[in-house]
Amino acid sequence: MQDVEKIVARALGEFAAAQDPAALENAKARFLGKSGELTALLKSLAVLAPDARRSAGAAINSAKARLEQALEDRRAALADARMEARLAEEALDVTLPGRGRGRGGIHPIARTWARVEQIFRSIGFDVADGPEIETDWHNFTALNNPENHPARSMQDTFYVDLKDAKGLPLLLRTHTSPMQVRYARTHRPPIKVIAPGRTYRVDSDATHSPMFHQVEGLWIDEGVSFADLKGVFADFMRRFFESDDIEVRFRPSYFPFTEPSAEIDMKFDSGPLKGNWLEISGSGQVHPAVVRNFGLDPERYMGFAFGAGLERLTMLRYGIDDLRLFFDGDLRFLRQFA
Amino acid sequence: MIVPEYWLRSFCDPALDAESLAHALTMAGLEVESCAPVAPAFSGVVAAQVIAVERHPGADKLTRCTVDSGQGKVQVVCGAPNVRAGMKVPFAQVGAKLPGGLEIALAKVRGVESRGMLCSARELGLSEDHGGLLEIAGDTPVGTDIRSALELDERVFDIKLTPNRADCLSVLGVAREVAALTRAPLAAPPFAPVAARIEERLPVRIVAPDLCGRFSGRIVRGVNARAETPAWMKRRLERAGQRPISALVDISNYVMLELGRPSHIFDRDKVAGGLEVRWGRAGETAELLNGQTVAVDGSVGVIADDRGVEALAGIMGGEPTAVTLDTRAIYIEAAFWWPQAVAGRSRRFGFTTDAGHRFERGVDFATTVEHIEYITRLVLEICGGEPGPIDDTVARLPERNPVRMRIARAQKVIGMPIAAEEMADVFARLALPVRREGDAFVVIPPPHRFDLEIEEDLIEEVARVHGFENIPAHPPLAAAKMHSPAETRRSQHALRECLAACDYHETINFAFVEPDWESDLAANPEPIRLLNPIASQLSVMRSTLVGSLLANVRYNHARKLPRVRVFEIGRCYRRDASVADGDLSVAGVAQPLRIAGAAFGPALDEQWGAALRAVDFYDLKADVETLCFPRRPRFEAAAHPALHPGRSARVLFDGAAIGWVGELHPRWQRKYELSQPVQLFELDAEAVMTVPLPQPSEPSRYPVVVRDIAMTVDVGTTAQQLLDAANAAKPGIVQDVRLFDLYLGPNLQKGRKSLAFRVVMQDTERTLTDAEADAARDALVELWGRRFGASLRG
Repeated sequence: MQDVEKIVARALGEFAAAQDPAALENAKARFLGKSGELTALLKSLAVLAPDARRSAGAAINSAKARLEQALEDRRAALADARMEARLAEEALDVTLPGRGRGRGGIHPIARTWARVEQIFRSIGFDVADGPEIETDWHNFTALNNPENHPARSMQDTFYVDLKDAKGLPLLLRTHTSPMQVRYARTHRPPIKVIAPGRTYRVDSDATHSPMFHQVEGLWIDEGVSFADLKGVFADFMRRFFESDDIEVRFRPSYFPFTEPSAEIDMKFDSGPLKGNWLEISGSGQVHPAVVRNFGLDPERYMGFAFGAGLERLTMLRYGIDDLRLFFDGDLRFLRQFA
Repeated sequence: MIVPEYWLRSFCDPALDAESLAHALTMAGLEVESCAPVAPAFSGVVAAQVIAVERHPGADKLTRCTVDSGQGKVQVVCGAPNVRAGMKVPFAQVGAKLPGGLEIALAKVRGVESRGMLCSARELGLSEDHGGLLEIAGDTPVGTDIRSALELDERVFDIKLTPNRADCLSVLGVAREVAALTRAPLAAPPFAPVAARIEERLPVRIVAPDLCGRFSGRIVRGVNARAETPAWMKRRLERAGQRPISALVDISNYVMLELGRPSHIFDRDKVAGGLEVRWGRAGETAELLNGQTVAVDGSVGVIADDRGVEALAGIMGGEPTAVTLDTRAIYIEAAFWWPQAVAGRSRRFGFTTDAGHRFERGVDFATTVEHIEYITRLVLEICGGEPGPIDDTVARLPERNPVRMRIARAQKVIGMPIAAEEMADVFARLALPVRREGDAFVVIPPPHRFDLEIEEDLIEEVARVHGFENIPAHPPLAAAKMHSPAETRRSQHALRECLAACDYHETINFAFVEPDWESDLAANPEPIRLLNPIASQLSVMRSTLVGSLLANVRYNHARKLPRVRVFEIGRCYRRDASVADGDLSVAGVAQPLRIAGAAFGPALDEQWGAALRAVDFYDLKADVETLCFPRRPRFEAAAHPALHPGRSARVLFDGAAIGWVGELHPRWQRKYELSQPVQLFELDAEAVMTVPLPQPSEPSRYPVVVRDIAMTVDVGTTAQQLLDAANAAKPGIVQDVRLFDLYLGPNLQKGRKSLAFRVVMQDTERTLTDAEADAARDALVELWGRRFGASLRG
């Protein structure tokens, strides 16, 4: 039976030496195949006595089982090695940039616009829209600002070469307030709406753009007061700037369409803009004449309106100093808002 | 309105420093924009007298002066050309600190000791005047600190007045407000009558009572128009921003600034006959004080004499009757002009005046006579003369109707229970005539207030004087009602997100553009024009966003960005007679919201993983399809003035055109100096914002069968034609026909191209057989062959 152990030792050696599946299978054939050495040894047992044959047979079968196990192990090892090799070969430079298209971005003013909508929607405000070429009535008269009123010179108006039914030239809306007129005339109280959009005034210098953006807010119901205006606007400021370190003050002012009227100033108590009062919005209780122009009875319905500049909000939010950056279309600036 | 502090304090002097006073005014609605001192900080400068002036031994342009500074005589070297013995000047002593940080030390100037410096106005930061020493009044005691001698610690309040507060367009008006806010007493100026010493009158007739409610005047003879305006008046005028001119003009300006009373002083001897107050007449002209000659008409009020128009009512006097230094007799006029009769008139002539500014906002109609007395007194003091009697012609004055304010209403509007007693106190502080009637206050507005007409006007006064900062800020209570936008509508912001994800940056551009852009890019010969554009290149309203986006491309290309992809959402404007006035529309103008994009340069940023190629039509088409998703637009070849005729498609939803996609016409590419083609799209944003509700069906349980068909057709035949025909006539089992390959090349007959389609078939009830699938495929091949001369590619 020394033969068996020799064969096993040789077979194990050959299995281990096999460097690929084909060599391994050849080695298997040499020892375990139909005419393999171990198979031949098994066949040779026929000449032995039954007892000797039994014991020799058991030894050979045990050797065969060992070899088969060794074969399996070697097969698995070779497969693992092959996988390892393949994986190594397939390895990527994962630091290369991702393939495909780039990513654009949203204009900072549109970003502010969307945030303002979101904030006011959270307490049930609707969002209104309206034309930018407007009638004199919607832009001025309905808002208690008749022709020749000195308050008209507060806003230098662009006019276009078209006339309304009364023969007055159409104009580019000077504020977003005409949208509140249009909305209020087509909805019933409670009216809770903001109206963001483009506005136009004949003014062009470092701090004025002939086109800019406002957001108008309007809340009309039975008994919406000036104190409510203070509450809503202060809350808006804190949400918009995501800070409780903000003071808001209301200072008497004049607008034809509100009374009492207030300028709203804000002050940061921390951060780079800390310490200065900054004008942020005009506001007030909607003038009874305007409530009447909404088609409502001012004895029953009252409420507040405010109008804030989206450019101003955006500049304060992101620390932008120059208004003109918004309208140059310079991608080197805009890319920072992706 | 510029108000010097000491002038203000001469009427009302509360125990507040200038900053606190400015804050109080600001918080009451008189916004103080600045309250700067009239001079910058400096110290150690006193009034001194030059005793003697000798030539400097070592320099021609310098002098050696002996100066009395109140503490003995000192020697000073001076370079000023106007230095002379006897004059009094500011003297910076050794140790003085001047504006800009200059500290005066004992010095030797070319060998001569100098113990200080004599100062010009500029050296003290008072003005830019550096022509010589600042000469101060001869009666100033030597040794007095120059800051107190010249009142240089005075502040100047620059108040941004709102148009409703005409009553504060004067020092007295602001003082009245200060008195109300601080409860400090108000010292009104004396209006003691000046008795007439001559009988002469100038006849006045008010022809237009809707123009002039009251006209008061008096003659003063024997005035010396060459008299010097007193220093105190000059100082007040200068600090209020008014340049002194001559005594008579200065007096008129002074009273306007002090009392808010615009007046006019005519040269009596140049007035021909009497004065007539009336509307202008077509053909008349007025030669004005500012040198302008303007044509008047029936909408402009005038003061005329027998010769013609001598003044624009409430706006400006005329040159022919203006006072000069030779004037000997004057006519002082103070009138009440109706605000609506003056409003807007001067703007029509292209100028504004202080008088017009006040009259169009409302000037006290009750005090014309008192104010003439006040002017007379100043004229007599400064210029001398013999006054005549005052004529006071009253035509029609504003009514002052009682205004009622309900206590409960005021509390409701303000949102806090301000007590009735406090409201009464507010009215008392404002000196408004008021009485209590049950649960309301009734106020008779005084003649200087033109802003108190309705209940809210009084509520505002209560809230303002009570203090906005004392009104609570509380979150309002409202019924908790739900809102949600329609599921079938996307917001503008969703479109922005989509295009940003498609690698476009949003820009925002002016709605008014170059006229050329409209004719070139929209073939629009009649754009809506601005009547008052700020510049010719911003003079027409855009009917397409394309021009603005091309400008964005050019701007960035010029800054060496090789790749530019931009989009904008904005309204476009065109004349459209079919648009009527509506809830959201203005008759005659279409103002659709549009969304447009432009792409220039490589399709992708240069990168390791993709070959560099220029962006093309199909890139933009894919972006349009993404933007429209889940709706599937159709594209049909059509010409557009901005676009390459062979590379431009109209975009349609259900047969309705919603926009365009295409390549910029090479002609415009050349004209707009772009080095490469630009791909563009522009769509109606409203259409893209509308999305369908999903209408799902159950997926079939049976397998799909796929057949690919490659057909050759004439190059002019479009893929869409084949797809439309297939979709119209396809067998019921065909679920989808999709083009997946295009081949153009030498293997094909000239003028032909190969299109490959994948046909997906499925039945909902059973598994299809190969024979059924083949039959469906053959039917399509036959259809395309018959309709388009298509043949199976061999």
